[in-house]
Amino acid sequence: MTIQEIQEEIIDEFSMFDDWMQRYEYMIELGKSLPLIEEQYKTDDNLIKGCQSKVWVHAELDGDKLVFTADSDAIITKGIIAILIRAFSNQKPQDIIDADTGFIDEIGLKEHLSPTRANGLVSMVKQLKLYAVAYQTQLN
Amino acid sequence: MTDKSTIATTFDADVIRKDFPILNRQVNGQPLVYLDNAATSQTPQQVIDTIVEYYQGYNANIHRGVHSLSQEATDAYEMARKKIQEHFNIAKSQEVIFTSGTTHGINLVATGFSSFLKKGDEVMVSAMEHHSNIVPWQMLCERTGATLKVIPMNVEGELIMEEYHNLLSEKTKLVFCNHVSNALGTINPIEEIIEAAHKVGAAVLIDGAQAAAHIKADLQALDVDFYVVSAHKMCGPTGVGMLYGKEEWLKKLPPYQGGGEMIAEVTFEKTTYADLPHKFEAGTPNICGGIAFGAALDYMNSIGFDAITQYEEELVRYATEQLLTIDGLKIYGTAKHKTSVISFNIEGIHPYDIGSILDKLGIAVRTGHHCAQPIMDFYKIPGTVRASFSFYNTKEEVDKLVEGVKRAKSMLE
Repeated sequence: MTIQEIQEEIIDEFSMFDDWMQRYEYMIELGKSLPLIEEQYKTDDNLIKGCQSKVWVHAELDGDKLVFTADSDAIITKGIIAILIRAFSNQKPQDIIDADTGFIDEIGLKEHLSPTRANGLVSMVKQLKLYAVAYQTQLN
Repeated sequence: MTDKSTIATTFDADVIRKDFPILNRQVNGQPLVYLDNAATSQTPQQVIDTIVEYYQGYNANIHRGVHSLSQEATDAYEMARKKIQEHFNIAKSQEVIFTSGTTHGINLVATGFSSFLKKGDEVMVSAMEHHSNIVPWQMLCERTGATLKVIPMNVEGELIMEEYHNLLSEKTKLVFCNHVSNALGTINPIEEIIEAAHKVGAAVLIDGAQAAAHIKADLQALDVDFYVVSAHKMCGPTGVGMLYGKEEWLKKLPPYQGGGEMIAEVTFEKTTYADLPHKFEAGTPNICGGIAFGAALDYMNSIGFDAITQYEEELVRYATEQLLTIDGLKIYGTAKHKTSVISFNIEGIHPYDIGSILDKLGIAVRTGHHCAQPIMDFYKIPGTVRASFSFYNTKEEVDKLVEGVKRAKSMLE
């Protein structure tokens, strides 16, 4: 599936929820299913700045596709990064660089999160795209 | 206004709440439960009116204009200084310096002391300081070569006074400590700290930011050298505060900022500085804020600090009891003397997750390290959830907090 298709699938899933509690419960579930980063990659270099909780993201190439793994010490944050990884992992770096991130607003995440956390979310997206830029350069 | 003693006996938080328009609003579709008072307190209508009246009626620059508006604004501003002086029982009005807040006051003193300290001197802070009462002193030590010593604390969140007395020596020049810890709520034994420091000839700065809304400090009785507060933690507006300094110290300290207001005479060869307090009040001050600070003190005194203390103690006792009924909940800061702050975590759950769920329920708490990272390092935790109370909070709100935490716990486990 393309990034666009995955994002639409996520929007569909979130549109089924009536209230914030269901949405949060789903995010918590997603957090639990996150492809976990290996302990050796939980380094300061892989830590995303700008989040009140700790978020580590690791990226590596599998053929011409970029695979992300991540973890966080807070479960809701873990859910957010899980959603982002679902949308961007296993994709070509150039597609990740070009991808629109409007789906975050559409699933009501940004609007429902506190400013500090929204900043963390912005930092997470930025970090995923930075990895893509770095690996795209490597592929070239 | 009703006589203070009458209100003290008829303290009714439900009536008091009517003075605070913001408490009527909803957050995320729920009635607001505001429990982040240690970060900033809410503002009563009486203070809001003072601000509106100033801008509608007599907004003018002070201390210079010959016109009536300027006179009125000057009188109101100086009246506020007098109110602050009386509230904190300060001997002379020129010992009251208006600042932009606690951090400004601390930096003013820390910068001034650069000229008095040398290598080998020691300055001391407590282990439970806010970053704003650590970083300026570290910077002072870097500039002067003085050494920073730390008064340790025990696991209850109380300063180990025996260690403090051992650390004090003739090398000690300055001691800094908060009156009340913002992260733990501990009321520190500042009387003992001040007395012991003075015996070795050290000056003492007490950070009263967190105490001022709960304890009415008598600065002459304390014999403290410097005391700093922010108006926004005691029902006043943001961007204004007080630095109290003993006159002898304020005379010795060099000016902090240059500019208008703080001069007596200026030529390109030499400038002579104005007398106290203007020497430390360069530029146009936060005039409206200063006047509103005075109004906030009037408001709090009309309720009465005895009544406030008594009510808040009961509220915190109740909240502590109720929160401790939750399995796995641990409170950080269990000092014998504490006020209005409950910092806690639930085993296995990140404080940020709890804070996020509480916010959805309309409950405002703080999560994180509360600008006191050394305390979090001491307990080896990433942060805490902090509920902080004011006299306008109620037991019903405590119940909502407890229900909210239970709900968060069931969602997050």
